[in-house]
Amino acid sequence: MSSTKSDIKQYQDLLKQYLDTKDEVVLYQAEQLSKEIKQDVSPDEIIDEHYNTLLKLIPDMDSQIKDSFEFLIQTMTSYALAYKEYHELRTKQLELKAEIEVAANMQNTLLSTSIPQVDGLDIGATSIPAKLMNGDYYHFVQDDEGNVGVAIADVIGKGIPAAFFMSMIKYAMESFPENRMYPKVILELLNRVVERNVESGMFVTMFYGLYDVQRQLFYYATAGHEPGFIYRAQEDQFKEIDAKGLLLGVKKEVKYNQYVDEIHDGDLIVLLTDGVTECRSGDRFIEREEVLDVIKENKHLPAQDIVDNVYKYLERLQNFTLRDDFTLIVMKRSS
Amino acid sequence: MKGALTTVPIIKELDIVGARQSGRNLARDLGFGSVDQARIATAISELARNIYLYAGSGEISFQEVQGASPVGLKIVASDHGPGIENVSKVMEDGYSTSGGLGAGLPGVKRLMDEFDIISDDNGTKIIVVKWLR
Repeated sequence: MSSTKSDIKQYQDLLKQYLDTKDEVVLYQAEQLSKEIKQDVSPDEIIDEHYNTLLKLIPDMDSQIKDSFEFLIQTMTSYALAYKEYHELRTKQLELKAEIEVAANMQNTLLSTSIPQVDGLDIGATSIPAKLMNGDYYHFVQDDEGNVGVAIADVIGKGIPAAFFMSMIKYAMESFPENRMYPKVILELLNRVVERNVESGMFVTMFYGLYDVQRQLFYYATAGHEPGFIYRAQEDQFKEIDAKGLLLGVKKEVKYNQYVDEIHDGDLIVLLTDGVTECRSGDRFIEREEVLDVIKENKHLPAQDIVDNVYKYLERLQNFTLRDDFTLIVMKRSS
Repeated sequence: MKGALTTVPIIKELDIVGARQSGRNLARDLGFGSVDQARIATAISELARNIYLYAGSGEISFQEVQGASPVGLKIVASDHGPGIENVSKVMEDGYSTSGGLGAGLPGVKRLMDEFDIISDDNGTKIIVVKWLR
């Protein structure tokens, strides 16, 4: 608790000036001084300085007033301590934040995936965390025949535990062989990994899809994940992807159903997490239809632009504060 | 190093006030100003309260010491209570069991210039020093 001597000296000078002049300029200077000294001078020291200056200016000060200053200084001691502690806790908090930022960057590196370049299939994807660490995840793989595997997942829970969890899922998926693997098999394998390695109470939802580029078929299975949509160009409407399956990690041996849809020219496959569909604007929940309308309005654009535009639209609607992690993938067939 | 100036036993809550008063008087006699007197008294309060609340009884003793700075006040709080199991933990900010920020042993450490704890099953000894500047 050391004070800066020059600040204290300035306090004395300003106090004298003010008592002589009652000038607002001096009060303004005092305000500026208080901004500078707040870092290393504690409140009890300022009172002490005030008291000592007054003693010089008013040599015959009433003894009761003197005693009252002693009393005030004692009262401010604990306040000063608390102030100092706040200050140090704040420093620690900034350090922690910096550390989490490093972890978040590391997570980005660990979980990075590149969007496959495929003739006739235009893919756009984005994932934006609400806080520093992302509890959503998407991943693309291409098998040796060029078919595109896509995973989108959401850990129940946010922040650092969710991020750890996702790294595990990613490395489990990386260990799978490179040849064609169907969605149901992948979910069944992942379920075993999650169930074995994670304590109860942590779950993950995942949708896994496999796009057959030769036959234009989309195979998929879901582990309790937010349903996506297929936009049918011919009918100009969205159809909810109707699939069911248990969340990963709930039960040991789970069998997943697998579904398949034909994808036609101009169709869009829309995969998302609940951060997209459950976002709120004030007290109002944004309807899923509203999200789909934005996608429809943008459907002529490249897939990445569709995804980016939806994000921008919802970000603005939520006053630029995301409440949940946001992940959206659009796959667009174009011949 | 000069010898012990005085020792105040801590048995009942009012003894905390007695320890404060003794410490403050000694601090004033050694030339400490109002702010340091208040800080020393606050540190004594915390130390004596810890004895009263967690050990039941103990004592606070005062010594005048000489060192780098011409003179200092050394305060030793000792008791034969159960001891502090995890000293690092109680020295963490925000840990205080007596409530509120700024309280507890981290507060004592901030108020004083030197701080040391020895604690085991036979009790706790906390030694603090404030130097006159």
